[in-house]
Amino acid sequence: MEGGLKAPKFNYIRAESRQQALELLDQLGEDGRILAGGQSLMPTLNMRLSQPDTLIDINKVSDLSGITLDNDVVRVGAMTRHVEVANSPIVAEHLPLIAEAMEHVAHHAVRNRGTIGGSIALADPAAEMPACVLALGATLAVESINGRREIAAEDYFKGLYETAREPNELLVEILIPVEKPGDVSVFLELAQRHGDFAMAGLACVARVSNKSFEDLRLVYFGSEDRPTLGASAIAAVVGQPWSAECKEAAANALDNDLDPMTNLQGSAAMKLHLQKVLTGRALDAAIERAEAA
Amino acid sequence: MNETTLEISLTVNGEQIRKTVPVRQHLVDFLRTELGLTGSHLGCEHGVCGACSVRVDDAVVRGCLMLAVQADGAEVVTVEGLSESGEIADLQKNFVERNAMQCGYCTPGMLITASELLRDPKPTSREEIRGHLSGNFCRCTGYHAIIDAVETTINKRLEEG
Amino acid sequence: MNKETPLTLLDKPNSYVGRTLSRDAAKRAVAGRGRYTDDIMPARTLHAAFVRSPYGHAKILSIDVDAAKQQPGVALVMTGAELAEMCTGPWVGTLVCFDGMKSEPQHPMAIDRACWQGEPVVMVVASTRAEAEDAAELVTVKYEELPVVIDKETALDKDSPVIHPNLGDNLAFEKTIETGDVEKAVAEADIVIEDTFTFGRHTAVSLEPRALLAEYDPGTERLTIHTSSQCPHMIQAVFARTLGVPEHNVRIVAPDVGGSFGLKIHTFGDEIAASAAAIKLARPVKFIADRLESFATDIHARENRVRGRIAVTKDGTITSLDIDVRSGAGAYSQYPRTSVFEANQILNITGGPYAHENYRASTQVVYLNKVPTSQYRAVGHPIGNTVGESLVDQAAEACGIDPMEFRRHNVMRDDSYPRISPAGIELRDLSHQQCLETLVQRMGYDALREEQAEYRKQGIQRGIGIAAFIKGTAPGPAGYYGAGGAPISSQDSCTIKLEPSGGVICMVGVTDQGQGVDTVMGQIAAATLGVPMESVRVIEGDTDAVPYGGGTYASRATAIGGEATYQAAMALRAEILEIAGVLLQAESDTLDILDGHVVDKGDTSSRISLAEIGRIGHFQVAELPNHIQPTLSATHRFRLRDALYIFTNGIQGAYVEVDTDTGFIKLLNHWVVEDCGRVINPQLADEQVRGGCVQGLGGALYEECVYDAAGQLQNATLADYLTPMAGEMPDIEVAHIQTHTGVSELGAKGVGESGTGAAPAVVMNAVNDAIRPFGGKVTAQPMSPETILKALGKV
Repeated sequence: MEGGLKAPKFNYIRAESRQQALELLDQLGEDGRILAGGQSLMPTLNMRLSQPDTLIDINKVSDLSGITLDNDVVRVGAMTRHVEVANSPIVAEHLPLIAEAMEHVAHHAVRNRGTIGGSIALADPAAEMPACVLALGATLAVESINGRREIAAEDYFKGLYETAREPNELLVEILIPVEKPGDVSVFLELAQRHGDFAMAGLACVARVSNKSFEDLRLVYFGSEDRPTLGASAIAAVVGQPWSAECKEAAANALDNDLDPMTNLQGSAAMKLHLQKVLTGRALDAAIERAEAA
Repeated sequence: MNETTLEISLTVNGEQIRKTVPVRQHLVDFLRTELGLTGSHLGCEHGVCGACSVRVDDAVVRGCLMLAVQADGAEVVTVEGLSESGEIADLQKNFVERNAMQCGYCTPGMLITASELLRDPKPTSREEIRGHLSGNFCRCTGYHAIIDAVETTINKRLEEG
Repeated sequence: MNKETPLTLLDKPNSYVGRTLSRDAAKRAVAGRGRYTDDIMPARTLHAAFVRSPYGHAKILSIDVDAAKQQPGVALVMTGAELAEMCTGPWVGTLVCFDGMKSEPQHPMAIDRACWQGEPVVMVVASTRAEAEDAAELVTVKYEELPVVIDKETALDKDSPVIHPNLGDNLAFEKTIETGDVEKAVAEADIVIEDTFTFGRHTAVSLEPRALLAEYDPGTERLTIHTSSQCPHMIQAVFARTLGVPEHNVRIVAPDVGGSFGLKIHTFGDEIAASAAAIKLARPVKFIADRLESFATDIHARENRVRGRIAVTKDGTITSLDIDVRSGAGAYSQYPRTSVFEANQILNITGGPYAHENYRASTQVVYLNKVPTSQYRAVGHPIGNTVGESLVDQAAEACGIDPMEFRRHNVMRDDSYPRISPAGIELRDLSHQQCLETLVQRMGYDALREEQAEYRKQGIQRGIGIAAFIKGTAPGPAGYYGAGGAPISSQDSCTIKLEPSGGVICMVGVTDQGQGVDTVMGQIAAATLGVPMESVRVIEGDTDAVPYGGGTYASRATAIGGEATYQAAMALRAEILEIAGVLLQAESDTLDILDGHVVDKGDTSSRISLAEIGRIGHFQVAELPNHIQPTLSATHRFRLRDALYIFTNGIQGAYVEVDTDTGFIKLLNHWVVEDCGRVINPQLADEQVRGGCVQGLGGALYEECVYDAAGQLQNATLADYLTPMAGEMPDIEVAHIQTHTGVSELGAKGVGESGTGAAPAVVMNAVNDAIRPFGGKVTAQPMSPETILKALGKV
C-alpha cells in the first residue's frame, strides 16, 4: 500500500459509435475497459487498483441510452443515467420497485453520472439495480461483433463481481417486464448512512390475494456475493395465509437460501439476522400495499 | 507507456477554454492546475466526500470521478462561476450570517449541491435537506448550521415567489 | 456570570464582546476564494510521493531506486538513510513530565526497519504527483517480515514479541494516581458496579488532508514553508532543529486550514522529507497527503480498554471510583507531544464532576505496530467521560434513583471552589449544578421520560442519556507544555498597533482554522480599544508577522490568546489616552474611546479621532512635547501561573430511538449546556460545540481504524471508514452558563472540544437506557448495529 490517488497512465479512446466500441472491445480483450458513468471505475483507477491499458469511453455513443415502453417490456439503454431512471414516468408507473430503489443508489451527484448498465455490469454485491432486475425477471442484452445475446437475469449474476458477459461483450440494454396490475413491490435496504453500501437489502415483488401470497419473488442483496433469490423463503410463504407463524417460517427457511459474507460491515450471522428482519417487514408492507391498492 | 494527451474544448464559467491535457487527469485537477480555479477541492479522490462537486452540463457531479477529457464540449460551472453569476447570492449570504461553515473546505461542494434545491424551490423539510446533502462531508460544523442556512434560503425564495 | 465578577469595559452596552458577528473568512469561503496550501502553486513546483511500508513490521533488506530515477519528470529519489544524513535527531518522543516514559528514536523515514504499515520508506519527487506515483511504483524494496504486535492486551505478556529490543518491552509509560482509600470504600459500599469498556481507534479525517509546500533559497539560506498547521511556531522550532536550518531563517505560514482537530498540531516524517527535498533541490516541493495516505499516517487516537469500578452508598452517594486503562499507542511515541497524553488525561478527568474522595486510576500505554498515536480533539475525555458516566448510570439504576437526580446529588457544588479533584486537579469557577438544572429545563426532562414510557407501550424503544463532564482547556507551563521540555509555547502573545489612518492591526500567536479565532481576537481588541470592528485587522499564522505563540491546540486560543490580546489592547488604549490627554489638555482618566473617537467619559461627542492621533503619532510628532515618544504599539504575553489547565464543565443530554430488530440507532435530539466562562461570540461558541458533538458522535457510532492480525489497515478509505454525514445527525441545542475564570481579566475559558468530550458518553448512555428493559448493555464503541444486536442477544 503506497497510498496514491492519481490514476496511472492509460490510452484513451472515445468511441463514436456502438460498432466502434464493439470492435475495440474485441481487439483489446483484457487490455480494454469500458468507461461508462465512471462512478465505480474512476475510484479504482485513482487508487491504482485497476491499471487498464486502454479506456474505451462510450459516453458519446448516442444509441445506448433511453427508456421506452415496448408492449409489456420497459427497455432501458445501458448508458441511461440513474437520474433519468429515477425521474422517468415510465419507471414510476411500470417499475415502482426500481423507482423505490433509486433513492438508495449512492447520492444524487453519483446518480447524475452513473448508469444502470454500469451498475449491472459491475455487479457489486451491495448494489441495488442487480437485485431489482433479478426480482423483476429482466433480461440483459449484450452485444459483441458476433451479434446480440439476451441473457435472463437469473443466469446473468454468477458470483462475486462475476457475470455471464464475456470480455468482448458490451451490455447494451436491459429489458424489464412491467410490474403487472395487481402486483405490489417493496424495496428495503439497511445501510448505516444514506447512500452507503447496503448491509442487507431485499427487492420484493408479490401478488397478494386475500392476505395471502399467490406469487412472490424475494431477492436478497448486500449480504451475499450476488443478488440471491430466496427460494426456500418463498416456498414457505406462497399459498399460506400471512401470519406471524408464516413470517417465522420464512425467516427460518432463509437459513437454506443465504450464505452471507462476513466483512467490515458485520458478521455473516448479523447479516442473516437482518435479512430475516427485512423479510418480515417487506412481506408486511406488501400485504399493506396490496390492501391499500 | 507514454503520457497520452488530448486537446479539449469546453466552457468553464462561461469562458471558452481550449487546452491539451493528460487523458488521465481528472476534471478537478484540470480546473485547479490548468485554469487556476482552486475553489473546487479534493478531499478523497474516490467519490465519497463531495468536496469536488462541480456542475457539468447543468448537473452536479463528482469532479474527481470525471476525466477532464470527458468534459470536452461540456459546460462546466464551478463555485467561482456560481458566485460571480449571483445565482446563489442569497444562499451565500445566509451561509455567512448563519456561520454555515468553519474551515470552508467543504463549502464550495455544499453550495453547488444545495443550489440544486433552489432552482425550482419546493417546501422542503429539514430531513429532506439533510438527505439531499447526505453525500457532502463536513467535519467542522456538524451540519446543523448548514441545514439552517439552506432552509432559510428555500423558505425565503418560496415566500418571494 | 457569577455575582463576583467585576464589570470591565468589555461589559459596556453594545460591546463586541458577547456579540455574534460574522467572520470575514466566511465571505471568502462562500465565493470559493479560500487559500489553502495546495492552492498555492509557485512556478517549478515539484511534488512528493512516498513508497510506504506495506507491512506492519519488517526489516528493510534492500532498496532499488534505479528504475524510478529514470522515470519522466523525476527530480529526486531519496531513501531514509539519505534523509537521515540531512537531519539532526533522530526524534525521541518523550517528555520529562511523564516520569519513566520511554521511546525508540524515530527517523523521519524508515531506515533499517519499518514499524507500521504506511511508514514512509522512500520519497520520490517529480514534476507532477502523478509522475511521482508512477516512479514510486518502480521502486523495489525487499522486506523481511517481522512478528507484529497488534493486541494491546497481550503486548506486555512475557511471550509477546518486543517491537523495539532496546526498550526491553513494549511499555511506553505507566502511571498510577491514588487519593484516599479505594479498597476501604469499596469494601464498605452498599453497591459496587464494575464494568469494562473498549474504544476503537480513530483518526481525525480533516477534509483538507495534511499539506506542505516548502521553498528554500540557497542564497539567503531561508526556508519558507506554507503548511496546513495549527502551530506555526512549533513547526518552525521542530523543523529548524531537525533540518539544521537556524530557527530565525525559517518562516512558517499557515494559510487557510481545511480542518485540523488536533491532527495538525503534530509533526510528521514525510513533511520533513519534503522540506529536505526543497533544500536539496532549491525548488519548491509540495506534499499533499492523499486520503489513503492520511488513513495510514495521520496520528491515530482513542484506542483504549478501561476497566472501571464505582462504589456507592444506597442513598446514591458515590464514595469511590477506580479505573485501569490499557492504552494502545503506535510504533513510536509521536514527537514532540508524545503518545501518552491521552491515557494520562483519562486518569485526570474520569469521574471529574463528582465529589467522591477516593480515587485510583492507573494506565499502561503500550507500543503496537500501528500508526503512531497522539492528541486528537478532546484527548482522553471521550473515553473517561464514557466510563465515568456509564458507571454513574449503572449505579443510579442499582440504587433505584433517576440518573438525573443521582447526578444532582453527586456533582460538586457550585459554591465549593476552588478545590482539588480526587485526581489531584485544581478546579475553580465551575457550575455543574447550574448546568444540570438548565439541562433539565431545556430537555423538558420530566416530560421526555413520560414520552419515553408512552413509546415503550407501543413497542418503540427510546432512550434518554445524560453525561456530565469536566474539560481541561488552555494548558499552562507548569505541566506538560513547558515543564515537559517540548519546544511548544503555552504562553501566547499579541502585538497591537494603531496605524496612521486610525486602523488597528492585531498580530496574534494563536491561529484560526475556521472556528473564528481571528474574529474573536478582533472582537476583544475592538471592544477594549473602543473602535469599530471594521477598522481592526487580525493577522495570524505567519511566524514572520506575529509575536511568538503556541498556535491553537487544547482549546487555548480565546482563553490564552484572548487575554494577551485584551492586555495588549489595554496597554495601547492607555497610550492613546495619554497622548489624547496631552493634546486635549485633559486628564487621561477623564477620557474614553467610543467608536474610534476619544470622548469625555459619559459623553458621545468626539474630542479627537484615533485617525488624528495616528496621524500625529506617526507623522506629525512635533505636535507632541519632547518627553513623549509615541510607539502606538503594545505587546503582551499571557500564561497560566500555577494551574495545569483552565478546567471547564458542562452536561449533555441525548434522546435516541433504537430499532431493537436491526440494531440501528436514530439520533432524535441532542442538548449541551456548558460553561466556558465569558463567551466572546455566542454563535461561534455554539458552532464549536455542535461540530465537536458530531465529531464525537462519529466516534461513538461509526468510526474505527480496523487492523487485522498482520497489522494491516482494513478500512483505509472514506467509503470504509465511516464519518458522520448530514443524513444521520441530529439538531443540537446549545446553552452557555458563563462563570468567568478568575485566572484572567477576560474571564474566558476554552470551548472547542467540549462537544466531542462528552457526546460519546451521552449517546451510549441513551442507547443503554433504550435497551435496558431487554437486559442489554453496550460498553464498546463504536456502537455498530452488530454490537447492539449482540447486546440484545439477537446475534
